[in-house]
Amino acid sequence: MSRGSRRSAALFGGVGVLLLAGLLPNLSGERKTISFDRPPDEPNFGFDPAVVVGIVGALFVVVAVLTALLPRSASLVRWLRLAAGVSVIPLLLAVSLDLSPSSSTNVVNLLNESLVLSTPLVLGAMTGLWSERSGIINIGIEGMMLSAAGVGFTAYAVLGGAQGTGWLVLSILIAVIMGALAALLLAVLAIRFSVNQIVAGVAINLFALGLTGFLRSQVIVGRGVSIGTPTADFGLPILSSIPVVGDQLFRGKPIYFLTYAVVVATWFVMYRTPWGLRVRAAGENPHAAETLGVDVIRIRYQSVILGGLIAGLAGAWFSMETQARFEDNMTNAAGFIALAALIFGKWTPWGAAAGAVLFGFARALGSRLQILNVSIGDFEIPSEFFQSLPFIVTIVVVAGALGRAVPPAAEGRPFHPSK
Amino acid sequence: MTSDPDNLNQRIDRAGGRVRAAVLETFRLQPLLIPFYALVLAVLIGGVLIALVGVNPFEAYWALLRGMFGNGDRLAGSIARSVPFIGSALALAFAFRAGLFNIGAEGQLLVGGVLAAWVGTWAWIADVPGFFAVVLMVLAGLMGGAFWGGIPGVLRAKTGAHEVISTIMLNSIALFFIRWMVNSRNPVVLRDVASTVPRTEPVADNALLPKIVDSSPPVHFGLFLLIGASVLAAFILNRTIFGFEVATVGANADAATYAGMNVNRVIIVVMAVSGSFAGLSGASEVAGTAGFFQPGFFLAMGFDGIAIALLARVNPYAIIPAALLWGSMLNGASLMQQEADVSVDVVRIIQALVLLFVAADAIVRYVFRVKVVEDTYGSVLRGSSGA
Repeated sequence: MSRGSRRSAALFGGVGVLLLAGLLPNLSGERKTISFDRPPDEPNFGFDPAVVVGIVGALFVVVAVLTALLPRSASLVRWLRLAAGVSVIPLLLAVSLDLSPSSSTNVVNLLNESLVLSTPLVLGAMTGLWSERSGIINIGIEGMMLSAAGVGFTAYAVLGGAQGTGWLVLSILIAVIMGALAALLLAVLAIRFSVNQIVAGVAINLFALGLTGFLRSQVIVGRGVSIGTPTADFGLPILSSIPVVGDQLFRGKPIYFLTYAVVVATWFVMYRTPWGLRVRAAGENPHAAETLGVDVIRIRYQSVILGGLIAGLAGAWFSMETQARFEDNMTNAAGFIALAALIFGKWTPWGAAAGAVLFGFARALGSRLQILNVSIGDFEIPSEFFQSLPFIVTIVVVAGALGRAVPPAAEGRPFHPSK
Repeated sequence: MTSDPDNLNQRIDRAGGRVRAAVLETFRLQPLLIPFYALVLAVLIGGVLIALVGVNPFEAYWALLRGMFGNGDRLAGSIARSVPFIGSALALAFAFRAGLFNIGAEGQLLVGGVLAAWVGTWAWIADVPGFFAVVLMVLAGLMGGAFWGGIPGVLRAKTGAHEVISTIMLNSIALFFIRWMVNSRNPVVLRDVASTVPRTEPVADNALLPKIVDSSPPVHFGLFLLIGASVLAAFILNRTIFGFEVATVGANADAATYAGMNVNRVIIVVMAVSGSFAGLSGASEVAGTAGFFQPGFFLAMGFDGIAIALLARVNPYAIIPAALLWGSMLNGASLMQQEADVSVDVVRIIQALVLLFVAADAIVRYVFRVKVVEDTYGSVLRGSSGA
């Protein structure tokens, strides 16, 4: 048995035993409910948390035993490990319900919340994907989003006093363009001036902070417009009439729905078009690409700017979709979490999107646990812990708890065309 | 043969060029040119921005200058405000030599500061001679920062996790955790229940750093501590074997391994030491300026440190004047806001522009026709991302 699988078996076994022997006896024994819709008359599912904990604990122990006995690559083991990983979610829900004075919680809107909250993270991850696959490290996603959010809302406030659908759409477009401009700046610094790409990214973030702070205090506050009308909810035509899930999953705001389109489009363009292939080539082996006639410099500019457009959309989500206002440092490290999601997803569109949704879920779970008032004994878990949950999850993920990730080979190195 | 006026112009140009070159040579000003011109360009653009919002830029800048150095009190205040930036800039600069990006100065100085504040309120501290009490607090700050900096170092060494992301995440985690510790009333962790604002209890009087000038904020002994820190940083980096290892790891980690250096150990130690510089800043603020720890005091201190370090081209000695400039600008900004009604964020934009221009020095070189001169540290700013 290899060292890795021994460690893995020990990990799973340890967790399983902990759950069965440590947690199970200490549960309250009350029946709790998971509901699937808003009251009244919501379809629900009553259960005893002890049963959930017991099942998950047993699953972990089984995985540990199988890992020890079977070779690592056996597909049964892999599926069971995946199942164990996924089962953490209902486990967390069951345990927190048990520790909370509330008796039920709505999981469908938890799912909806996770998806909505993951919107900027998914978009940010796509931004990073386009930039990094072409070979440019993008630490400036945060700055691109923030400047787009700030400039977009400033336009909205100045042009329409933060009211009016026409102005809103125009401002969203302005935000998107601003994202592209910030990306252009990164591209110019990294490509034309061969500035260290991480330094360039940091510079963009700092610049965005300064610029948006200035816009907020001089222009937005100056105008007396602090809050306005954000984008409106709407339901997708047929899908939103599906019972139970229709209303929750297919009803939402425009940028949120656009995000799905962006992910699909990114996958399609990157993997099914010649241009996408050239982008990937520029990131893996630019010199080889150059010999085949690919204009690496141009491709990199195009790719980074495309990423910037997507970041602009994410910025618009912050200041014009969730709410129509702008606050200092509104993005709150979302750009960096998106980068972590990209790394988690091993620089692929679906992987990155999945990672981003995971982080969005961490955020949604955090606020849900806060609402549930989870407390261990007499100690009420403070809200700050839940707020820090997405960041803790990010570190755990980035530290390779889920395997090392290999970036595009030519990333970070300035490209000098051979003459 | 050219006509007389052209010939004369050419000769004046050449003579002027020679004088300029001579002056630069004699006073070894060449490395300063880029940051200086970057500042000039940034100030110009800032002026345009100010004019765009309807304020007279000359008025605004005059108010800024007076706010920075106008009278003795203002000057002292500027110096005092600059002191903590030295530590956070050193944090980035030190790690940069190893090719590591320590963006976590913000969190590291928070942890250092809160630990120092906690130590300062220990029951027996008041009975100990002042010198030891101060040393203990400073040590606590150093260790807090080293711990918080060491975590991303360990993660990087053992798992390859990029320190940019882990340090940024740790910044937020530190902020939340410390905010809870300082705010929490039930249970009371560090909060001073007697005060209306959320902060820790004041530290014992004998644990405070001696004040030099009683301005607002006061200039205190922390100034010497942090200047000493930059001297120490420069010494370690330039004159010790460890410093050589650090530079090698930064230039080419594989070569370092081949030469028998323990790259992982270097990474961890560098990150820890780097964090301790930031922690020193935190402790200095707690033990000197405030006497207690309040999270709001430290906003942006870490991030500005990044810009200062880059402005100083990651040279530990140059960080001192760069921090002075930065702190003075922030100090003067309040007067600019008062008198010229221009938001302090303009200063932030100027700072960001300075950073941008220093990083992309080719822009400045093109505009002001400066020749390329490689200084010891400048090469790290270009090209690939190191370790």
